[in-house]
Amino acid sequence: MSKISIKRLSLYYDSCQALKDISLDVESGEILAVIGPANSGKSSLLRALNRLYEIDRASIEGDIRLDNESIFRLPINVLRRRIGIIFATPVVLPGSIRKNISYGPRLHRKLSKSDVDELVERALKSANLWDEVKERLAESASFLSGGQQQRLCIARTLAMRPEVIMMDEPCSGLDPISTAKIEATMLELKKEYTFILVTNNTKQAARVSDRTAFFYLGELIEIGSTQRLFTSPVDRRTDDYIRGKFG
Amino acid sequence: MTFRIGPRTSQIIFYVILLTMTAIVVIVLFFIIFYVLRNGVDQLTLEFLSDKTREMGKEGGILPSILGTLFITVVATVIATPLGVGSAVYLVEYTRAGPIRRIISFGADCLAGVPSIIFGLFGFIFFVISMNLGWSILSGGLTLAVMILPTIIRTSEEAIKSVPHTYREISYSLGGGKLDTILRVVIPTALPGILTGVILGIGRAVGETAAVIFTAGSSLGLPTSIFSSTRTLAVHFYILAREGISMPKAYGTAAVLIIIILAINFIAYRLMHRFIARYY
Repeated sequence: MSKISIKRLSLYYDSCQALKDISLDVESGEILAVIGPANSGKSSLLRALNRLYEIDRASIEGDIRLDNESIFRLPINVLRRRIGIIFATPVVLPGSIRKNISYGPRLHRKLSKSDVDELVERALKSANLWDEVKERLAESASFLSGGQQQRLCIARTLAMRPEVIMMDEPCSGLDPISTAKIEATMLELKKEYTFILVTNNTKQAARVSDRTAFFYLGELIEIGSTQRLFTSPVDRRTDDYIRGKFG
Repeated sequence: MTFRIGPRTSQIIFYVILLTMTAIVVIVLFFIIFYVLRNGVDQLTLEFLSDKTREMGKEGGILPSILGTLFITVVATVIATPLGVGSAVYLVEYTRAGPIRRIISFGADCLAGVPSIIFGLFGFIFFVISMNLGWSILSGGLTLAVMILPTIIRTSEEAIKSVPHTYREISYSLGGGKLDTILRVVIPTALPGILTGVILGIGRAVGETAAVIFTAGSSLGLPTSIFSSTRTLAVHFYILAREGISMPKAYGTAAVLIIIILAINFIAYRLMHRFIARYY
C-alpha cells in the first residue's frame, strides 16, 4: 500500500487551474523528486497534500489518501503534523533556537522542560545542526546563517515526528556546501521518513531521489525511477527539460 | 559666464538645509523642557510631591493630583489596551482587506484627530450624566480610554499587518490553528509596535486637560475610590496658571508632569529594547 495516493487531483486558484487531473502514488520510505519549470504546479501539489492551499483560498477536486485514509477527513492539525513541509526560503520564527523547535510539538501537547530538552537535541542531531548550535540554544535563531536556518527549519519539522516530509526547493538559496549538508541529511533520514522533494535543480533530483516526477503546466507528464527517467525519458518534453533545452 | 552649482555643492547645500531643520526641531523641544524645568525646579521638594494641596494650590503640594493623574491613566490604559489590540487583531486577521476595513481604519484616523474637548463633552454627557458616574476617576478614565483607542488601534493594526505572512504560514504548516498562530506568533512579533501605540496613548492621557476637566472634575481631595472626583496634574496646572493662584506652583506642577512623561517614555523604550534584544 502506498504512503500517499493521489487520485485525479485538480487545484484551482480562482479561475486559474494550477493542477490538472494528477494521479500518482508516493511509496513509503522513498524520496520522490518533483521537477519541472516554473508554473508547472510543483508547489501547488505540496500545498494540496497538507491542505495549505486552504489559506490561499484555492479549491480542489479529486482525492488524496494518506495510509489509505482521505486527508479531508483528518483533523487539519493532525494532517499537518503527519505531513511536514519545508519551504524554499528558510523562515525562522522570532525567538530562540529552542523555541523554534518546540513551537510545533507544544501546539499538540503539553511538554515539560526535560521533554523539550530531549526533543530539541534529537531534532537538531537529526538535522545535523546540533554540534554547531548546542552552546547557544537560547539565542535568537535569526543570527544563524542561511544554511543553518534551513537545517533549523528541517529540525523544526522533524520535531513534529512527521511521517512524510515535503521540501519545496529547500536548497534554492544555499551555497554548495550547505546544499550538500542538507542532501546528506535527507539521505540519512530516508530510513524513517518519506520525502517529496520539489526541486529546480535536476542534478539534485538525480543525486538523491529514488523516483522522479516531471510536471509541466500543471500536468504530470512522466513519472518513473530516477535512473530511468534521466537516462531514457519517454516523453520528449521531459527529455528537453532534463537536457536544459527548455525556456 | 553662467554660475552653476555642481553636484557636490548641491549635496552639501541639501545636507545643511536638512541639518538646520533637525536642529531647529531639537532646539525648540529642549528649550521648552529646559524652560519649564528651570522655572519649576525650586518647587521640586519632597514636601511638594508628598503633601496635600492647601488653599486652592497656593500652598502645600500636589500629591492628590499626582495620584489622580496616575489612577485616571491606569483606568484609561487598562480599558483601552485590550479593546484596541483586540479590534486591531480582528481587523487584520479576521476581515479581508476591502471597503469595510478601510472605512473602520478611516474612522479611527478621523477619531484620532478629533479635538480632545469634544471627547470631554461626550464624556460629560454620556459617562457623567447619562450613566450617572458623576465627576470621577472612572468617568475621566473611560473618556480618555475612548480618546486614546484610535491611536492604539491604528498603531497595533500597522504592527500586526507588518508581521510577515510567512510566519503565519509556518505556524499553520506545523499544525497551528488560527488562534495559536495569533497568540504565539503574530502578537509576540508585533508587540514592540503595539507597545509603541500604547505608550503614545499613555502619553496623551497623562497630559490631557480638556477631556478630563469635564469628566473627572477638579476636586483637590485625596482620591479614595474610582468614584472620587479628582484633578489631574494638567488640570491643576491649568487652573493655577489661569486663575493666577500661584505661578511658581504652576511651574512646579508642569515640571513634575514633564518628568513623569519623560520617565514613562524612557522606561517604555528600555523595556522595548530589552524585548527586541531577546527575540530578534
